[in-house]
Amino acid sequence: MDIVIYGIVNSVTLALMALGFTLVYGVCRLPNFAHGSLYVLTGYITWILMNRVGLNYPLSMLGALVITGLIGAAMYQFILVRVRGMAISEIIASYAIGLAILEGLRWGGLKGGTFTLPPFIEGSVDLLGVSVDFQRLIVVAIGLALMALLWLFVTGTKLGLALKGMAQDERAAMTLGIDSDRMAVVSMAMGSVLAGIAALVLLPLGNIVVEAGYNVLIMAVAVCIVGGLGSWTGAILAAFVIGFAQILTIVLVGAHFQVVVALVAIIVTLILRPSGLFGQQKELEERV
Amino acid sequence: MVSEKKDRRKERLDRGIKVRTDGVYAVSSWLEMSYLLAPRLIFILGLLALPVLLYHLPYWQRVLSIICIYALLAIGFDFLANYVGLVSLGGGFYIGVGAYIAALLNTKLGLPPFVTIPAATFLGAAICTLLFLPCLPLRGVYFAIVSLMFPLLAARVIEAFDIFGGTDGILGVDGFGAAWMEQYLLLISVLVVVFVLRRLVDEDVGLVFRGVKDNDQAVKASGINITTYKALGVCIASALGCLGGACLAHSYMWAGISQFALDFSIIPIAATVVGGGGTLIGPVLGCLILVPISELLRDFGTLRIAVYAIILTGFIVFKSEGIMVYATRKYEQLERWVQI
Repeated sequence: MDIVIYGIVNSVTLALMALGFTLVYGVCRLPNFAHGSLYVLTGYITWILMNRVGLNYPLSMLGALVITGLIGAAMYQFILVRVRGMAISEIIASYAIGLAILEGLRWGGLKGGTFTLPPFIEGSVDLLGVSVDFQRLIVVAIGLALMALLWLFVTGTKLGLALKGMAQDERAAMTLGIDSDRMAVVSMAMGSVLAGIAALVLLPLGNIVVEAGYNVLIMAVAVCIVGGLGSWTGAILAAFVIGFAQILTIVLVGAHFQVVVALVAIIVTLILRPSGLFGQQKELEERV
Repeated sequence: MVSEKKDRRKERLDRGIKVRTDGVYAVSSWLEMSYLLAPRLIFILGLLALPVLLYHLPYWQRVLSIICIYALLAIGFDFLANYVGLVSLGGGFYIGVGAYIAALLNTKLGLPPFVTIPAATFLGAAICTLLFLPCLPLRGVYFAIVSLMFPLLAARVIEAFDIFGGTDGILGVDGFGAAWMEQYLLLISVLVVVFVLRRLVDEDVGLVFRGVKDNDQAVKASGINITTYKALGVCIASALGCLGGACLAHSYMWAGISQFALDFSIIPIAATVVGGGGTLIGPVLGCLILVPISELLRDFGTLRIAVYAIILTGFIVFKSEGIMVYATRKYEQLERWVQI
């Protein structure tokens, strides 16, 4: 039973980490290597707003999300738009921005003492004989709610449909009057906010550390590769595959091997099915 | 682009001397010969003279060794990114593999440095190529992502399984006998590598490499196996990295997890972008500029990585051609504004 429950928690965690990355990649084909640093940044801004500025918890979370969204949008508007379409430059530029944020934080912010965010509700509950703390349940609830909301947003609203149109065929979308650069800014802002939401629900489970940024980036990327870059269904499914694989490895083999699971998953996927479980790219043209 | 005026544009013409030296008449006069030789000689002799010039500054002699190690890595990155089309964000992995192999051979088998360094170079290149082999069908973004994971995971695997000395690393590696030996070994390696690679990319095999980068479907259609060539490219680049790593292990007399660190992944990329990608000399120039800055910023800890990242972003967004390409253009061409 623990395997099932902790497997679900772990899988939703991974899905939360990956949602923003896959959104940005899906809409504007931009691998946002600064994803992990936006995650840590949101946690840090929340901490600052709470402990230095003195806002209450919900308000500072909201503030942090808004700020992260703006940073994400600004990052695209002022920097990444200039290298759009040059694959190598996009990777290097976004990776460099992410590094600047993370290492800047390590130098100037996150040092001396531990930085923690309080859980939303203290305590734990017995669920089918397994004790699970409320925060983990909230993670699952928010994760599932977020996926549902995103689905509604993409299928129901005009903006969501515009994003979807761009993801499917940018040129055709532009002929229908969808401003591709503006949509890209919107998607970067949304991707950053999604990274932020993931940070806010996940960080109370541990400390805010710089290393989390790299971990989140790696896990997000692993999930997206296994699921097929740019596919949401694939990403969510891959999150469950990797999530359960990790928990099973911990239980059956040992906690040490957990770090290798993601890499093995990627390599196996690449060998067996290079475009991922639900890849939208044609195998020959895009990846291989 | 910058000073855009409506009715004029910039015209670029090759200098006369450049055109003359392209042909067989290049050796007909001292002027033309020196036009060809001067930049090359300045580069080669300048590098060779550096240890002598820094004779009274032992600290900067060490920096010189580090510059060369980064330069080897950066040349590998430049070659892989601009000639084979594989962006490898995990340069630290090559350094780490080279350092660990050299350290293990030296401490466990007692082999001297002049055996362990070549051994680590070739063995490391083989190991890196084997590990990257499953990822080689990938292109662009996908390869970059996977290569980024290698050094991070390697460090964690060593930490988790407590192999190769775990978090302490391998201590007691033999050092080089004398400082000048270390520096000249590295400097000459850099020069030889630049010399060989610049010629290699003009050979037939270089043509195939560029084909793999620009249009791998066409290369495939010609009946050439692109994975073989990508593996060859990774093998060359990782050999350079492992050579640097092996020298690093002997230079610091230590091999450890921090050799998988981010510095080794980000500085070569920054150096390549600043120096000028695709020139193979640009990365060396970039290292000569960036690594001393890094040493000056050492007191600020990880801030220096942030500084690099900002320099890198600035260059890639605003001046993506790099210093070397810019300088070559100025050296070979006249620029003037013409009325349209």
